[in-house]
Amino acid sequence: MQVTRRQFFKICAAGVGSSSLVALGFAPGEALAEVREFKLARTTETRNTCPYCSVGCGILIYSLGDEAKNVHAEVTHIEGDPDHPVNRGTLCPKGAGLLDFVHSPNRLKRPEYRAPGSKEWQPISWDEAFTRIARLMKDDRDKNFIAKNDKGETVNRWVSTGMLAASASSNETGYLTQKIARSLGMLAFDNQARV
Amino acid sequence: MTNHWVDIKNTDLVLIMGGNAAEAHPCGFKWVTEAKANRKAKLIVVDPRFTRSAAVSDFYAPIRSGTDIAFLGGVINYLLSNDKIHHEYVKNYTDFSFLVKEEFGFDDGIYSGYNPEKRSYDKSTWGYQIGKDGYVVTDPTLQNPRCVYQMMKAHYSRYTPDVVSSICGTPKDAFLKVCEMIAGTAAPDRTMTIMYALGWTQHSQGSQMIRTGAMVQLLLGNIGAAGGGMNALRGHSNIQGLTDLGLLSNLLPGYMTLPGDAEQDYKTYIEKRAAKPLRPGQLSYWQNYGKFHVSTMKAWYGDAATAENNWCYDWLPKLDKGYDLLQVFENMNQGKVNGYICQGFNPLASAPCKVKVSGSLAKLKYLVIIDPLATETSEFWQNHGEYNDVDPARIQTEVFRLPSTCFAEEDGSLVNSSRWLQWHWKAAEPPGDARGDQEIMAGIFLRLRDLYKKDGGAFPDPILNLTWKHRQPDAPSAEELAKEFSGKALKDVTDPKDPAKVLVKAGEQLNGFAELRDDGSTACGCWIFSGAWSEKGNLMARRDNADPFGIGQTLNWSFAWPANRRILYNRASCDPSGKPYDPKRKLIAWDAASGKWGGSDIPDFKPDSPPEDGMNPFIMNPEGVARFFAIDKMAEGPFPEHYEPMESPLAVNPMHPKNDRAKSNPAARVFKDDWSSFGTPDQFPYVGTTYRLTEHFHYWTKHVRINAILQPEQFVEIGEDLAREKGIKAGDHVRVKSKRGFIVAVAVVTKRLRTLDVEGKKVYTVGVPIHWGFMGVAKNGYITNTLTPFVGDANTQTPEFKSFLVNIEKV
Repeated sequence: MQVTRRQFFKICAAGVGSSSLVALGFAPGEALAEVREFKLARTTETRNTCPYCSVGCGILIYSLGDEAKNVHAEVTHIEGDPDHPVNRGTLCPKGAGLLDFVHSPNRLKRPEYRAPGSKEWQPISWDEAFTRIARLMKDDRDKNFIAKNDKGETVNRWVSTGMLAASASSNETGYLTQKIARSLGMLAFDNQARV
Repeated sequence: MTNHWVDIKNTDLVLIMGGNAAEAHPCGFKWVTEAKANRKAKLIVVDPRFTRSAAVSDFYAPIRSGTDIAFLGGVINYLLSNDKIHHEYVKNYTDFSFLVKEEFGFDDGIYSGYNPEKRSYDKSTWGYQIGKDGYVVTDPTLQNPRCVYQMMKAHYSRYTPDVVSSICGTPKDAFLKVCEMIAGTAAPDRTMTIMYALGWTQHSQGSQMIRTGAMVQLLLGNIGAAGGGMNALRGHSNIQGLTDLGLLSNLLPGYMTLPGDAEQDYKTYIEKRAAKPLRPGQLSYWQNYGKFHVSTMKAWYGDAATAENNWCYDWLPKLDKGYDLLQVFENMNQGKVNGYICQGFNPLASAPCKVKVSGSLAKLKYLVIIDPLATETSEFWQNHGEYNDVDPARIQTEVFRLPSTCFAEEDGSLVNSSRWLQWHWKAAEPPGDARGDQEIMAGIFLRLRDLYKKDGGAFPDPILNLTWKHRQPDAPSAEELAKEFSGKALKDVTDPKDPAKVLVKAGEQLNGFAELRDDGSTACGCWIFSGAWSEKGNLMARRDNADPFGIGQTLNWSFAWPANRRILYNRASCDPSGKPYDPKRKLIAWDAASGKWGGSDIPDFKPDSPPEDGMNPFIMNPEGVARFFAIDKMAEGPFPEHYEPMESPLAVNPMHPKNDRAKSNPAARVFKDDWSSFGTPDQFPYVGTTYRLTEHFHYWTKHVRINAILQPEQFVEIGEDLAREKGIKAGDHVRVKSKRGFIVAVAVVTKRLRTLDVEGKKVYTVGVPIHWGFMGVAKNGYITNTLTPFVGDANTQTPEFKSFLVNIEKV
């Protein structure tokens, strides 16, 4: 059966699965002569910001997949955002390599635990990790929390556990982290701006 | 930045000093190129190294690392003695005419009130003369020897071109050429921008270097103008935002500060920070501190924060001292810290003196790492051969390594150096079981809260009452958090002039910080971000790049704090009568017909205050003007003075050869055991300085294949003279040693690091790029901070990574 390209699309639009048509050999002859479709045409474009220096270059991330619930999107390409007023589509040697950051072999994939004196990591579930960390923090806080100083002044601080906050996490993460740290009475608390 | 990246195109002169934008901020540097191409702007680079910024400059001047105050002090002297200043500007908009207390003094490098044991100052004499009316006494004739102008002139008269050249190693003619070029921007219609970065901050006197730069800009009238300003090029994508949000030991959101132990009384705490005007008719905007503070406490503690409990004032931790990173590692080293959480931070690589940091981490009971990448810190306990030679069996620290998302896998906003809050969107799921930072923080916090709910414990009230109104409590969304820090009305907010008029209805998002109240009717997590998410929606996500005025303001692109204002202090771009100094680069102007300020930017001013009322442009200062004399705001003195780096190739401070106390920063904090870790020039004769390469970002891109290919192996850079003297050829392996340890790397011999003539001797510089470590896909290397000293700037405690002593030998 010969179908033209136009007829092929009509059949598809009528609700027949195109992939099964192709499987049955009903591919349009003319299509074979066409130039290959742009790879980017099958991707989803997402606007984002370079996480490296503070110029804040706009970037476009292209991921394979159409954002359907059962599709695992994979980032396949990153380039400068031409609409961005600062970088106007350009990226530096760092930003141009962002794809390899996303796919770095050293990305952490699972929570891990290293026991005292051990030479190796062992897997731990998120739930176990959270539970154990919370226990360690509470024990330390309950033991070392300073409600009043030597003069009897109310000081409500906890300085035997500290925290360093990130340099590239979002404001939203930063705000949440700040709230949590201060509610615990933490003062040994800084971010990358300190160094 | 007081200004922003695109605004650099409006300048006439760029001074890059303490930074290297062409390599470290390449896509921002394009605006320098734009200014050069379209405005015939010139570029000056002052740096110890002939960087790629220098390679495209119009003029390059070499300088010895750590001597920038001497250089800029010399520029101040040049401007004052040659009368190259913006007279109307300094007279009206600065403290030139203010009288300083008679008791204030400066003697051979030390200011009045010094305590050598504590290495700090009693600053009570560092202030103004206050008249009977409660205002600062001024002398508009500028003749009084105690006026700031006269005192500054006398102070910097010592920084002659010969002195500068001898201290800095800058040839005198090169120094004078820079002065001359800078002086040209004293004209009201010419501006200079200063671009700086860690090359200024990472010194034991870094804050004062920046101040000296700002003083130069004020003398020239370049603050507040398009193409002007002091432009800090931040090193990471959101350290601006995290600092704005107060994630530093002593801060609350929006540059509010935590109370000290002595501040037991809430009212006194607020009053101290809500300073009344020090001159008639001034705004002193911090008078609204109470509104910002109460709104933050309402955002954090909701109904639990009431007028009766002073909005939970006692729930805030109080400071007995600063707990900056260096202090915390000192405490850890003394065994006083049991737990540490590193969220996207790699202190083993980023903090100075690796041997101390590594030993301190080993004293922890538990360490929690939250990161997208396998950092050195997460494996500080693991033996990585020569690069991390430790015995795991002897390290009893429990370590958790929790995988987090990276930029591509999350929604949210980052603040760039321009103060723009730019929203970004998630493009993919994270690898494996990695989770978002918000989910991870919630996971830990909710379990802690449950434990306190169930078992009680030390002061549980703030934990149990922390607001947590998230649709998915274990995964707070970026949208919810952004709305919370932007702020909303809890009750109807009415117009103070007309209580019948409702400005914002209860439950609605606020339009900005002007709507904040101190009666508990508003909640706002970070007042300077207020309005970022209003009833109009998420303004951080705006993407209209239109530039209707043609000077690059793009007011509808993202949201700039504060109040979407793009250039800070922009009132100072106009003369006292409200007319722009340069009508071609108009930011704002007074419009008498409408009785308002307006233009291409949001006025940084009371929008309806007419010029004749005499309100001055620096509205955050109680004086209304900018300060040359820093009163009590700085640790080491009101006027910047040159001190040698903590490790100096010189035996004395040439400014104060007979006063050993004034050799290095007298107010820099040094921990007792660290004095012996500083080297001397007899053993370590060369100046070491660290820097970044354009192909790498910090300690991240060694995990990134393409960048690891571009710059695969650790190297150090030396000049040809030193190479010859030590018999080192390009490609040789060399050992670079400081008193604290050594690294081995390939030698790169260049013409970029010149030999400097300093105080009659030759000074060589050894350049040490920072990017390697023992984790990653690049060739493993030594952590550069093995070499650096454990001492920081006296104000910020930012470590002195840019100037220390080393020796070098062929391996």
